[in-house]
Amino acid sequence: MKEWIDSTGGRYSMAILAHLALLLAWYLFVRLGEVPRFVMPSPGDTFQSLLSPNYDWWFNVRVTGTEIFGGYFLALVVGVLLALCFTWSRSLEALVLPLLVTLNMIPKVALGPLFIVWFKYGVLPNTMMAFSIAVFPILLNTARGLREVEPELLDLVRSLHGSRWQLFTKIQFPGSLPYVFAGMKVAAILAVAGAIVGEFLGSDRGLGYLMLQVQVTLDTPAMFMAVLLITLIGMALYGLVLLLEFFLIPKDARL
Amino acid sequence: MNGHDSTAAAEPFIHLAGVSKVYRSGRKEHLAISDASFDVLPGELVSLVGPSGCGKSTLLKILAGLHGHDEGTVTIGSASHAFDPARDIGMVFQAPLLLKWRRILDNVLLPAELLGLPMAAARERGRELLALVGLSGYEDKYPYELSGGMQQRAAIARSLIHDPKLVLMDEPFGALDALTREKMNLELLRIWKESGKTIVFVTHGISEAVFLGSRVVVFTAGPARMADNFTIDLPHPRTLDLKTQERFGAYTRRIYKLLGME
Repeated sequence: MKEWIDSTGGRYSMAILAHLALLLAWYLFVRLGEVPRFVMPSPGDTFQSLLSPNYDWWFNVRVTGTEIFGGYFLALVVGVLLALCFTWSRSLEALVLPLLVTLNMIPKVALGPLFIVWFKYGVLPNTMMAFSIAVFPILLNTARGLREVEPELLDLVRSLHGSRWQLFTKIQFPGSLPYVFAGMKVAAILAVAGAIVGEFLGSDRGLGYLMLQVQVTLDTPAMFMAVLLITLIGMALYGLVLLLEFFLIPKDARL
Repeated sequence: MNGHDSTAAAEPFIHLAGVSKVYRSGRKEHLAISDASFDVLPGELVSLVGPSGCGKSTLLKILAGLHGHDEGTVTIGSASHAFDPARDIGMVFQAPLLLKWRRILDNVLLPAELLGLPMAAARERGRELLALVGLSGYEDKYPYELSGGMQQRAAIARSLIHDPKLVLMDEPFGALDALTREKMNLELLRIWKESGKTIVFVTHGISEAVFLGSRVVVFTAGPARMADNFTIDLPHPRTLDLKTQERFGAYTRRIYKLLGME
């Protein structure tokens, strides 16, 4: 039994089992506890709300998905590129990095109203919200990873008169990838939160917007469904990151 | 294979005369090495031994062309043994410094890539070198799948991939446990014999310095200076029971005395 749990198949089975157990516990709690539907709907009620034509689920999933993935992708590109600029110019890093640490301290949620002023209503301000939260962990982690080169490895390259470019492509950049992915994982969770908060603050579409709408009518099953769908989008993003990491970085090099 | 048993008539491969280096930080001056003068013959394995801060690692970096020096002359290469500073240096450090994301063979190939050597031939040579250091069959493993001693073997193979004339080793076995270290000493002597390289080996292990060295150069700290330079007249191949013999003990005692540790 113990060996089976340690095996890959065993661990996956246990994970699925845990999720099913949670569903069952949820069902039993609602059914046996006779909890009112508007406080906590059963799993069945929740999934039933998918059939309601008023909520345009697929459209709203696409909107929120676009904001999350769009903001995240933008954060990845900008974060990594900026970190790369830092490695090529020490003075730029010395100048800009402290500034970024300060900017990172701004609660990004507080920028929501401003984003609406700047980027109008709709998908763009929420994408920017996801971006603004997700970019910092990627940028700061990548910058750190690019700095972490053992001095003796530098000696080795220099003793062979290796170029700056060779040092970067063969040692510095691949060496930074574990850090990039550590940042990407944190950013994936933050990007989801960013997009949803953006929708809460002001939007006319998306799952966060939908939640505010159904809250008024006390359609709690639909609220549950919205949370579930947001979670699924987040898991899709996180899974994609893990998959990429699996193929790009050997086991031991991961952080 | 050639140099270490040749006669005194051989031209030195490395010639150091009165080499000094001072590190300056602000107004403070710190003497890293002073008046180092010794020769290394082609194919010799020379041990540089001394306590921390005696300048032996600094000297190694000067030989590697990584540091300049303030006084004296450093000449590497001779008429019969040309030396190209860009491609004739192999380095081994205390840590294996293998790239975690590369398989062992690809790690060994790194210097060949940096030098732009033809890769097909280099791969072939990489496999031969892995066999030489006793790592046949580990070509496609990742570093984490190897023990510390095995990783250091791979690092030695990497230092030889571009067929350098000079291999500089900075306490390569310092991080290994005592038994593995002794084993690696024997292995290094075998690799040195088979490859015929000139090796400069930095260590703070006195017994290790004598056991490996065709010659030992002793440094003392505070102030950092070269204290002695003598040939180790012990036969090859050397085995571990050499360490129990009186003439081996005489050499180590000589070094202990120089370091004031009698």
